[in-house]
Amino acid sequence: MATHVVIAGGGTAGSIIANLLARGLHREIQNGEVIIKVIDKEEKHMYQPALLYVVFDRFREDEMFKDMRDLLNPSIIFIHDEIEEFDFNANVVRTKSGKNVEYDYLVIATGSNPRADLIEGLNEHGDIFYTLEGAKKLREKLRKFEGGRVVVSVAAPHKCPVAPLEITFMLDEYFRAKGIRDKVELHYTYPIGRVHALEAVANWAVPEFEKRDIKYETLFNMEKVEGKDGSGVIHSMEGFEKEFDLLIAIPPHKGTDALINSGIQDGWVPTDRHLLKAEGHENVYVCGDTTNLPISKAGSTAHFEADVVAENLIAEIKEGHPARDYDGKVMCFIETGFSSATYVWFNYTTPPDPVPPSKMIHWLKLGYNRVYWLTARGIL
Amino acid sequence: MSENVVVVDARGSFCPGPLMELISKIKSVPVGTEIHVLSTDKGSAKDIPAWIKKVGHEYLGTEEKEGYWVIKVKKTK
Repeated sequence: MATHVVIAGGGTAGSIIANLLARGLHREIQNGEVIIKVIDKEEKHMYQPALLYVVFDRFREDEMFKDMRDLLNPSIIFIHDEIEEFDFNANVVRTKSGKNVEYDYLVIATGSNPRADLIEGLNEHGDIFYTLEGAKKLREKLRKFEGGRVVVSVAAPHKCPVAPLEITFMLDEYFRAKGIRDKVELHYTYPIGRVHALEAVANWAVPEFEKRDIKYETLFNMEKVEGKDGSGVIHSMEGFEKEFDLLIAIPPHKGTDALINSGIQDGWVPTDRHLLKAEGHENVYVCGDTTNLPISKAGSTAHFEADVVAENLIAEIKEGHPARDYDGKVMCFIETGFSSATYVWFNYTTPPDPVPPSKMIHWLKLGYNRVYWLTARGIL
Repeated sequence: MSENVVVVDARGSFCPGPLMELISKIKSVPVGTEIHVLSTDKGSAKDIPAWIKKVGHEYLGTEEKEGYWVIKVKKTK
């Protein structure tokens, strides 16, 4: 009997794991001893960090997608279907089209979704660049924008923790280049008591905000948005109000509905922080945004976790035991405008220490935007 | 520990951090739920009570354990 490995989700984590398994287990797959399947509702894989650049017309739509079948090693079976439910007792993933996909090992890599619907009025009055449709809509609005108050407002939890800062710095440069910075009031709000979750990044960002005349407010959590003719007001959970002419919101995120339907609260799977196995399920790994771990929901987290999950699955299948622990490693580039960037790395025990922004790091980030496909293929 | 206590284990979290973990969790639990945030970050012992006070939930106290803090909060609205 072959060992069936099912990977739910073909995003960054799912693609890396599938491709690493295909390489690490190629003999077993050739001999029919191991079968690897990836299930995803999308036929194309999107490079999500490109959305930030789409807003400013610096990334073309056709450069940010690859066909899932081209991205995955040919020995992997790709199932184009939406997952309806996970049956952890029967070791089966049920799909919307009625398939029951059985597994010996399951990897849950279904990611997270921005849920503007969780804040009253946000869908109607806010702009969200975490989807391609939203990024394009915002791009059009910015083209026509002639002045007024722009508010970047961040909700929790959300993926890509540095994107709100990046878009704020880029907006500052965009309006300056357009010659209307003096007609734009740029505001930024953040849920906790500093301007970024990482204290070192917050300490660096505040003087940058002040230098660029970006107003900021902390301990501000969107509760409700009201608006008329494009302008409006945000009401916060803390009892404050902020008016806007353009609201760029980073909405709260949740895991996939299939997990919520399977009894997992908010779609965040309780996960062992070192082994990356779902609590209570020895044959289920969890990777990327969908874990409940208190670490960044980011592509780099998914990447470093995926290396561990793939290595452990290969070791389990070949030798009967997992091989190593995840140490909480995350590394993020932070664009500080259109011509400089910094980066942070940290893990469960080492706090981040950002380096001064430089052109070199910005070029590295631009380079990585192009070589990302090697990461998704499990090469880089 | 009573049944309606939810534990948020944010130990070793630099990003998004204990307060952000609490804000995320508090939205999805029923009113009356007690949430215990476990944190290795000393700053959270100050940040979390400050936010709780601002929003109007109930701060139940902080316990110092070996190498971490337990910050207790009750959702009241």
